[in-house]
Amino acid sequence: METAIEIKNLVTHYGDVKVLKDVSFSIPKGKTTVILGGSGSGKSTLLKHLIGLLKPTTGQILMNGGDIAVMNEQEFNEVRKRIGVLFQGAALLNSLTVADNVALPMREHTQLEESTMQVMIRMKLDLVGLSGFENYYPSQLSGGMKKRAGIARAMALDPAFLFFDEPSAGLDPITAAGLDELILKLRQAFKMTFIVVTHEMPSVFKIADYVVMLDRGDAVFAGTLDELRASDNERIRMFLERRSEKEVYSPEDYFRIIAGD
Amino acid sequence: MLSAAETFFGFIGRNAIRLFKGIHDASLLINNTFYWAFLSPLKGKPIRVKATIYEMVKVGYNSVPIVSVIALFVGIILALQSAYQLKRVGAMIYVANLVGVSLTRELAPILTAIIVAGRSGSSFAAEIGSMKSAEEIDALVTMGINPIRFLVVPKLIAMMVMLPALTMIADFIGILGGFLLSVTELQLNPYNYIQQTMNALVIKDIVTGLIKALAFGIVITIVGAYQGFKVEGGAEEVGRRTTASVVTSIFLVIVFDLFFTMLFYFFA
Ligand SMILES: Nc1ncnc2c1ncn2[C@@H]1O[C@H](COP(=O)(O)OP(=O)(O)O)[C@@H](O)[C@H]1O
Ligand SMILES: [Mg+2]
Repeated sequence: METAIEIKNLVTHYGDVKVLKDVSFSIPKGKTTVILGGSGSGKSTLLKHLIGLLKPTTGQILMNGGDIAVMNEQEFNEVRKRIGVLFQGAALLNSLTVADNVALPMREHTQLEESTMQVMIRMKLDLVGLSGFENYYPSQLSGGMKKRAGIARAMALDPAFLFFDEPSAGLDPITAAGLDELILKLRQAFKMTFIVVTHEMPSVFKIADYVVMLDRGDAVFAGTLDELRASDNERIRMFLERRSEKEVYSPEDYFRIIAGD
Repeated sequence: MLSAAETFFGFIGRNAIRLFKGIHDASLLINNTFYWAFLSPLKGKPIRVKATIYEMVKVGYNSVPIVSVIALFVGIILALQSAYQLKRVGAMIYVANLVGVSLTRELAPILTAIIVAGRSGSSFAAEIGSMKSAEEIDALVTMGINPIRFLVVPKLIAMMVMLPALTMIADFIGILGGFLLSVTELQLNPYNYIQQTMNALVIKDIVTGLIKALAFGIVITIVGAYQGFKVEGGAEEVGRRTTASVVTSIFLVIVFDLFFTMLFYFFA
């Protein structure tokens, strides 16, 4: 198994709060890796490190041989051309049409002719099932369509890595399943490395080749789906079986939990 | 338990740190904005012309009606207030001087700036703030697009062009308001009034007003963008930051006005 990204001893803080506590794992190349974990476990924070939006306190993130944790803006700009990101709310620019949103990375990084660009935009939109929506504005699209447009934009430069932050968040189960299928289809059609952050188990079983589980800032598991199913780690079993934590009854206990000790 | 002294110094220390961090972030923003607006175009990264024109329409053209109406009223008010004093000394014609000079040097720039801070400064903060909370700024960064070049520079250029332009309109309409009142209610001779205004105004009055307007435009843009980029949470914080941007930019506009007025008074 060839490694695409290697994360070594990643520690990060928001202010004084340690959010990721010495996280280490590898992401295999050309596969779909799902980063799984409950709310607040640090999934989005980890993702933001992988796409260079946050720098860790200590630790390394090795991608294509370089450590992106210590790269400067210029060096990282080269890496940026090779990564596409679908943000949780799709993050399309509302002032631009769908086509112009998809064109953004092309206009910034390539010298393509306008006509070539239009052809490429149409191809990307075809790929995500949005042909004919070029001139729509994001506000005219449904949640699922926005995410599809977001995927088209993320794929604009044919990246080597495609990141998804909670692709099914805020979608009904049918639309979410449609998105899972799209991810599967893209994964079969392109030789890209997919990294998907989610807490939706049905989605995990459908799309994952490899799973990393975060729990309160620790990576408690990294392995294949079968290994995940066979795991006897208590937190993982709770997650898989959808069991709740011990109920909290007294306000003092609750306060202790939200205060974090 | 913390002692009173600890609480007191803790309070001062925390606020001082917050203030210095604020100043640091603001100077970083100013630096970057001016770099992307004026230096990077020389290095082959041009500004976004279409977006700039779009901002000019929003900031400038759409403000013309409200700026005109307010300038007209203020011109009339100024003429009335001046007449109230000048009537007693029988020097009514000097209404023209007072209206012309106070409008061009002071009132037109500041009124225009306050209107634009309320209309456009707040909308800059709201726009950037909601983009921040919807991760659109993050998306720009991951696409390798500098958010300051993409969002702030067109607004800055629009403000630097349109605020002086609006101020000139306010100069003209305000003087027209004073003129209309003087030739009707105060029964001054229209020809004399115009002559008197022409003699009273020197180019310097108009130019100092326009320099102020340019500075106010920069202040309003930077404050709006600063507050927008500071948004961390959701819609509620966008609202709070929008309000803060109006209050801060009006405050800073007046501080800068004081500064420039003193400068022009002592050195010109
Ligand atoms: N900008 C921030 N400032 C301070 N704390 C944050 C910030 N973003 C997230 N956190 C905290 O860090 C922890 C992990 O958050 P996050 O990575 O968003 O988790 P997840 O995506 O798994 O729900 C949470 O406890 C959250 O409250
Ligand atoms: Mg999250």
